Amino acid sequence: MTRQTFLTQNRSIFWFLLALAVFVLIVTVLSEATGNGMISTSFVKTLGKTLCLMLVAIAMDVVWGYTGILSLGHMAFFGLGGYMIGMWLMYARTEIIVAESLRAAAIPPTPEEIHDAIGTQIFGVVGSSDFPLIWAFASSFWAQLALVVLVPGVLALVFGWLAFRSRVTGVYLSILTQAMTLALSLYLFQNDSGLRGNNGLSGLQNLPGLDAVPQSQVSIAFFWASAVALGLGYVLFAWVVSGKMGSVIRGIRDNESRVRFLGYHVESYKLFVFTLTGIVAGIAGALYYPQAGIINPNEIAPIASIYLAVWVAIGGRGRLYGAALGAAFVSLLSSWFTGGGVPSIPLGFYTIQWTDWWLVLLGVSFVAVTLLAPKGIGGLFDLITARHAVPERVGDFGPDKGARRTVEGEEER
Amino acid sequence: MLRAFFLAFALVLCLCLPGARVEAQTQDLQSILQTHADEVASPGRRSVGTVIDALVASGLPAVPQFLERWADRSVYQRESDGLFYYAKENGDTYSLTDISTGADAGTAPSAEMTEIRPNGGVRRVIATALVQFQLSDPDIARRRDALDAISRSPEADQLEPLRASIEGETDDDLRARKERLAGMLAARYGDTPEERIAAIEALSGALSVDVRAVLNQILSSDTAVAAALPEGANIARTLTPGEDLTEAEAYAQLVAADLAPAIQSRDQIKAALTANIADGRVGGVPIGALNTEDGRARAYAALAGAGTVPPLVTEEDRNAALAAHVFYEEYEEPDAAITDAAREALDEVETRVAMNQALDLGLDALSLASIYFLAAIGLAITFGVMGVINMAHGEFIMMGAYTGYVVQQIIPDYTVSIIVALPLAFAVTFGAGVAMERLVIRWLYHRPLETLLATFGISIALQQLAKNIFGTQARPLTSPSWLDGAWVLNDVVSIANIRIAIFVLALIFLGLILFVLNKTRLGLEVRAVTQNPGMAASMGINPDKINMLTFGLGSGIAGIAGVAIGLYAKVTSEMGADYIVQSFMTVVVGGVGNVWGTLAGAGLIGILQKGIEFLNPSNTLAAQTYMILFIILFIQVRPKGIVALKGRAAGD
Repeated sequence: MTRQTFLTQNRSIFWFLLALAVFVLIVTVLSEATGNGMISTSFVKTLGKTLCLMLVAIAMDVVWGYTGILSLGHMAFFGLGGYMIGMWLMYARTEIIVAESLRAAAIPPTPEEIHDAIGTQIFGVVGSSDFPLIWAFASSFWAQLALVVLVPGVLALVFGWLAFRSRVTGVYLSILTQAMTLALSLYLFQNDSGLRGNNGLSGLQNLPGLDAVPQSQVSIAFFWASAVALGLGYVLFAWVVSGKMGSVIRGIRDNESRVRFLGYHVESYKLFVFTLTGIVAGIAGALYYPQAGIINPNEIAPIASIYLAVWVAIGGRGRLYGAALGAAFVSLLSSWFTGGGVPSIPLGFYTIQWTDWWLVLLGVSFVAVTLLAPKGIGGLFDLITARHAVPERVGDFGPDKGARRTVEGEEER
Repeated sequence: MLRAFFLAFALVLCLCLPGARVEAQTQDLQSILQTHADEVASPGRRSVGTVIDALVASGLPAVPQFLERWADRSVYQRESDGLFYYAKENGDTYSLTDISTGADAGTAPSAEMTEIRPNGGVRRVIATALVQFQLSDPDIARRRDALDAISRSPEADQLEPLRASIEGETDDDLRARKERLAGMLAARYGDTPEERIAAIEALSGALSVDVRAVLNQILSSDTAVAAALPEGANIARTLTPGEDLTEAEAYAQLVAADLAPAIQSRDQIKAALTANIADGRVGGVPIGALNTEDGRARAYAALAGAGTVPPLVTEEDRNAALAAHVFYEEYEEPDAAITDAAREALDEVETRVAMNQALDLGLDALSLASIYFLAAIGLAITFGVMGVINMAHGEFIMMGAYTGYVVQQIIPDYTVSIIVALPLAFAVTFGAGVAMERLVIRWLYHRPLETLLATFGISIALQQLAKNIFGTQARPLTSPSWLDGAWVLNDVVSIANIRIAIFVLALIFLGLILFVLNKTRLGLEVRAVTQNPGMAASMGINPDKINMLTFGLGSGIAGIAGVAIGLYAKVTSEMGADYIVQSFMTVVVGGVGNVWGTLAGAGLIGILQKGIEFLNPSNTLAAQTYMILFIILFIQVRPKGIVALKGRAAGD
């Protein structure tokens, strides 16, 4: 009964899942492994990665568009998820290689020998050979899988608890999350951080024990997994932002004090949303980096999280499908422009090379979207449906101009 | 025989020379050289001493010049008669100069002359002998060089000539240096222990690096191991394995001293086992069972029992060996009184060094704080006073720096270009700030989070634009020569002039901004608009204009900060991004909306960063990480910053 009303209230779930299913079907039919090979394996990987970015963008939208917390640190959770799965991938694969090479010796290797050899193999680049403490569970797939959820989750929980408890809000919170990301990436850049410093973890696209399986099949499998994760994530967040809970977190966005005076424990709601989205970001990262093949601290730098906010803003805050579309649109466009796929424009006196000018274009169009079209790409759907998500407000508005929103993502003039 | 003949010949020659100073000297230089002709012509490190002794003893004024030229390989020997000459190559012939008189001695074909080539060791001996002449040389530069040479490689026999030269020294600076150097030499090479102790005690007042080196050299010690402490040795301290040195290190010392058998590493055990495989078994253990440490230990024990491999050193053996021996450090200097005095002097010196290091660290922190203050004060105005987050602030800093760079390309004189660049940078970024406020920010005053993102969009566009115009490589912004160099207080405390200049600039701006905000009409209006824009507008103030000017002012200061930062760091398109987070931290930690707060924030962050770097000097990345963590925790304690506004001014 409740499930029925939940789905009927959120028609976008149906359309989103349908579009996703159609998209997956098309890619499957056209891929090298399962179809006629019109789409190259590397492009399947790009599409799979894009699906992961869409998932983290949806999480960002829930934090920012619905709860009003502009977190500039969610890519840190994304990266941490990637690091956690990367540790297992690297350990397990090195273990196979090492066992292979030690088998040639006259005497069978002892477990300690294998462990030490793996350490030398992995940490040789940073001039070490001992396993740091954080690699204690790296040999176990299930333990690392648990850490994919636990590490970003615990970090988000602790950070969020500290920040919300002392009522840090607005731009202060944004700066604080940015500082957290910066601290984390600077820490990981050190060689003795235990995660190979700026070398990062590499070779993640080679799944241990699956050397015989061609990359084309691995990539389509990851593509499916990413699509399933995106679908589940969409339903999960649609459920979170609907109903009474959704009303409360939207209330927090529009006027935090008023919600607090109404008797809701604002901090708990914010902490729940912050932690949940952090976990989902970690899962998205764990799916993303095996497709990307390499992760290093640059991926956690503050700029990455700001780009995440840019995707959500261009896609349209306050609606889940908008964020997902924004992430897909901007990241694909970005790789098209920076990959040199766009012909340069000769102006006679100067030739515009898009690899150089793409960031300028992105920056300017981002400003334009913020100023002129706060609803972003998602706003285009209003033209089709032409309906108001929230009924017109009757009566007095609050004193805070931020509260004067009758429509998502738009301020009353 | 031949040599005796030459000697006689030379003597006759010498006696016959008119005006020869026979009454003062019995011999001239050439004749001394002829006495030791073999040693001069092919000097060895051991044999050269006698020649030099003879030369020095003669006291001839030509000796220093000869020694120098000898070392420079410009002394030649004529093959026909074995006489030595200074010679200069002149086409196929050499033009010769007489060694004793310095008179022209004609020419000789090059085939006749043999160049004398003292090797490196000999040249060092010659240089040491030269020092005593150079110490009293009339040319001050050469005296200075000689002192440099002594402090580079101090030797016992330099002490006497050095002391002798102090008396006649005319230059006060050099005299002080000589006295200091003589004191250091006396501490190491003095004749009697009393003299040395006195010299060591005199050193305890200094804090220069070379004094510390001298004391450390006196205190140099070797670690050693023995069954019992040796009698009569000057023991620095005994070492306990597990505390002062690790047990592995201690055991390695025992092994090195042949007092214990070496421990077999895992690889060695494995190699020994591999070498002794017989019929698929090692010492009776099947190979398949060797895949555990336990199995390998059993196989190795069996081999050791049969005597084919050295027995395994067990943990008990190792501990017993460690317990049976005593580890200690022994001073190279046998006299305990001297080492005690040196230790005391070194402790005193190090206390003073530590105090001066703290002072130096304080100056460093102050200079870093002034840089952060300059970078953040513009932000404090826009963010603090107007409540507008400007992520492009770092790019305004970058624009200022590039303005300085461009001005330097046009005006080659660095002093003039800096004087032109400072106001120009202000004008450029003021204009950019006003344009940004008009075009973007004023539409977003009530949406602070979106201001943040929109200005970020501008920031990436500006950054890429700078990259497209100026390229990715760093551009130099050269400071004028009067800003080069450093203000040196002593060997420990020094600060670069450029940093002093930035400090002064920061002070000037602090004063200027306080003046503008508190004493001028504009400041009054800015404060009014900040507190209550509606009321201010009713009073006839135009809030739009005020906001525009305030934003321009904040941006303009960023431009000037850019010139200052560019002077000591490289100008790149990413330089602004390096400062933006720190600047925000400074403003947030200090407390928003208050110039004094920004000052306090900059001071705190500067001191903190330098302090953490001092505690962990090898790792600046870790220092930044810990600093950011500290700031996150600090905001927990004081969410409104150090200087929190109270009452109506706090807004909300």
